[in-house]
Amino acid sequence: MADLSIDFCGIKSPNPFWLASAPPTDKAYNVVRAFEAGWGGVVWKTLGEDPPAVNVSSRYSALHGKNRDVIGFNNIELITDRSLEINLREITAVKKAWPDRAMIVSMMLPCEEAPWREILPLVEATGADGIELNFGCPHGMPERGMGAAVGQQPDLIEQVTRWCKMYTKLPVIVKLTPNITDVRAPARAALAGGADAVSLINTINSITHLDLDRMVAFPIVGGASTHGGYCGTAVKPIALNMVAEIARDPVTRGLPISGIGGIGNWRDAAEFIALGAGSVQVCTAAMLHGFRIVEEMKDGLSRWMDEKGYENIAAFSRKAVPNTTDWKYLDMNYQVIAHIDQDKCIGCGKCHIACEDTSHQAVARLVEGNARRYEIIDAECVGCNLCEITCPVEGCITMVPQETGKPYMNWTQDPRNPRAEVTLAEA
Amino acid sequence: MIESLQHLPPATGTHTALAERFTDLAPPLTARQAAIESARCLYCYDAPCTRACPTGIDVASFIRNIHDQNVTGAAVGILKENIFGGACSRVCPTEILCEDACVRNNDAEGQPVKIGLLQRHAIDNAHFDVHPFQRAPSTGKTVAVVGAGPAGLSCAHRLAMLGHDVVVFEAREKAGGLNEYGIAKYKLPGDFAQQEVDFLMSIGGIQIQHGHILGVNLHLQDLHTRYDAVFLGIGLQASRRLGLTGEDAPGLASAIDYIATLRQAGDLAALPVPKRAIVIGAGNTAIDMAVQIKRLGADEVTLVYRRGFEAMSATGHEIEIAKEHFVRMRTWAAPLEVLLDDAGRVRGMRFEETRMEDGRLVATGGIVEIAADAVFKAIGQGMEGDSLSDPLARELERGSGNGGDKIHVDSFFRTTLPGVYAGGDCVAPGQDLTVQAVQHGKLAALAIHGDIQSTPSKTRA
Repeated sequence: MADLSIDFCGIKSPNPFWLASAPPTDKAYNVVRAFEAGWGGVVWKTLGEDPPAVNVSSRYSALHGKNRDVIGFNNIELITDRSLEINLREITAVKKAWPDRAMIVSMMLPCEEAPWREILPLVEATGADGIELNFGCPHGMPERGMGAAVGQQPDLIEQVTRWCKMYTKLPVIVKLTPNITDVRAPARAALAGGADAVSLINTINSITHLDLDRMVAFPIVGGASTHGGYCGTAVKPIALNMVAEIARDPVTRGLPISGIGGIGNWRDAAEFIALGAGSVQVCTAAMLHGFRIVEEMKDGLSRWMDEKGYENIAAFSRKAVPNTTDWKYLDMNYQVIAHIDQDKCIGCGKCHIACEDTSHQAVARLVEGNARRYEIIDAECVGCNLCEITCPVEGCITMVPQETGKPYMNWTQDPRNPRAEVTLAEA
Repeated sequence: MIESLQHLPPATGTHTALAERFTDLAPPLTARQAAIESARCLYCYDAPCTRACPTGIDVASFIRNIHDQNVTGAAVGILKENIFGGACSRVCPTEILCEDACVRNNDAEGQPVKIGLLQRHAIDNAHFDVHPFQRAPSTGKTVAVVGAGPAGLSCAHRLAMLGHDVVVFEAREKAGGLNEYGIAKYKLPGDFAQQEVDFLMSIGGIQIQHGHILGVNLHLQDLHTRYDAVFLGIGLQASRRLGLTGEDAPGLASAIDYIATLRQAGDLAALPVPKRAIVIGAGNTAIDMAVQIKRLGADEVTLVYRRGFEAMSATGHEIEIAKEHFVRMRTWAAPLEVLLDDAGRVRGMRFEETRMEDGRLVATGGIVEIAADAVFKAIGQGMEGDSLSDPLARELERGSGNGGDKIHVDSFFRTTLPGVYAGGDCVAPGQDLTVQAVQHGKLAALAIHGDIQSTPSKTRA
């Protein structure tokens, strides 16, 4: 069986699956249950200065799919609402009882040197393996100058990271907020401050839905609501891109990344790892299904690795990074054309109407008595994938690469580009 | 009450206990079930289900509305094509129509979306403060409709929408036609048929006159003179005869008469119920009869058909219902003789065994006797002899194609007499389905509307 263990910036873990800093890691009871279930590590729910934060009721809302499957999840909870002393005591006890698991402590303190200098040694004394700086929390805490308010200012990130490196020898992971325009800036700042790793993404500012009778968004607190932080399956594509951006940035390339955002199964985890993550963090999926999902995640990942011949996580980590590039380096001569497998087609007509109404009129509807037959008009197909996406039958529509006989030519080399950087001859 | 069955003992049990056996055969979907089921619809373009629906309901659209919690919008989408959408959702053989066409059958799921149940969900849960369809400004025209069944009332409703006034002449005490009198009680339980008629009538402009029997106290000639157009939706009132001696003996009855009596019975416990019954026929009415008499307490019910299962006009779903009720099904046996006891009452039937030979049904020589206290005929309906007997009615072209004595109509449901239209079971095209009758009435109304637009209104007596 493949070896799932990792060494993430010096933090050892029996598997890459960590629970993210969130309600599931709020206290010893939950964390012990998580370790019993087989999680490789946890990022303990964010500690702050006393007095602890106070939470409201209610706190969560969700975007449901057609069958009440949860697509996205939104919360307005703050950092831990328990005292620093209780949290530190529990962290110490749990780490002692579970020495092989990764114990990372999430922290959020004001942007002043003193509290960091004061509290970091206390955290270190628990025996924890590392700290994660919560620069991402998008609701509540930013109004107090913390969380995402810091994460949106690279200079503050760099400064706080530097203090942390000064006052603890534990690895420092900087957790990034996605509520910015270019995630590379805060990542570079973290690196400049001496961060050992970054983790991302934290949650995205969100309003999931409204009660249209009461004219108020969810979750409802009294008669009002506020924006929360969005996570779950819906944010995975955003998170994957941000992880890739940092992984392929020449400045931050090689900086360990703990991937977070909509990871619910082994495949999601493999994707994050392939795009540059060294560990993955999970929250929403555990909150929806319980801790035991880690069993299937570990089993699935390990079987896939065996099948592919990857002996350990490092063997496929970052393997998709070189294939992720800027648009201008894509091959302008590459061509795919849709193909409909008529034996698999169930005749729903979705490919036709999607292409007809909104794309390139490349799917013909042929009326044969009371039956309908849908066929690709090759000459009109631009290979956009829309029909393949809308088709309800897996494998019925495939996008077939065409033999164009033309060499690789990207936009910088393309004669149609008025600002071509190089000519074909030079390339 | 059916005279020929008076000698049989009444049903065992109280009316209340018996009535419980005639509640909904297929329970409605809960809101959650409807949400789950509606999520299965792929919202096909040029959807096969809609093409398979005789009334052309936009199935994908109404299902999407259900899923989007716009149930009333879903119901309007159904009713605008089929004003009997509620009855049809309960009685349509969806397994040979929309659900047979559902692309989910071809999908890995191999199960169609439950379109019938979803349609019922929409209709049953819609809320209308006022009738959902408005009448166009009055045209000053009045159309006579004969027969207040699905065809006639569908025609009347559409005509009313188009701004015409309508007088419906109905022979029986209640409107609704076969929905009221002819469908198995557990398919349209309670007073659903009447509720649907009331709903339809609430558009206004439609008047129903009961006790008018075509050929008896109502004549096509008069209607033609007095009204701007006439629509005949008279159905098929006469049960076909077996053509055997003993056919009128006590113990022999027509299935539709018994079903009508059952549906109208104030006291189910008063109904005569044979211990052993034979039902002759292989259509949905035969199944309805067999299953209902079983539910009323008959010990043995045998459905006898002269051909094989594959030739039965009852759908597979109906045959399953019969099997679930332990109805015996004897195929390849043709009626030969009604067996009578010393008192001249039915004691059974003799059948001769049959087989197909060179594409023809032939007797094998084998004889089967089945003992029974009652025999129910469900071998089809024909046109009542007198209904089209007045001089004008006799001019109607009948029986063209394979329609027997049915009225000939063109694709706009015009008969061969100008100004006279017909639809439903009394005309030749299609199968005798409620949903088909509704479509006939609707299309005839559109044709009438087009045809009488430019003609001056007739002076009426």
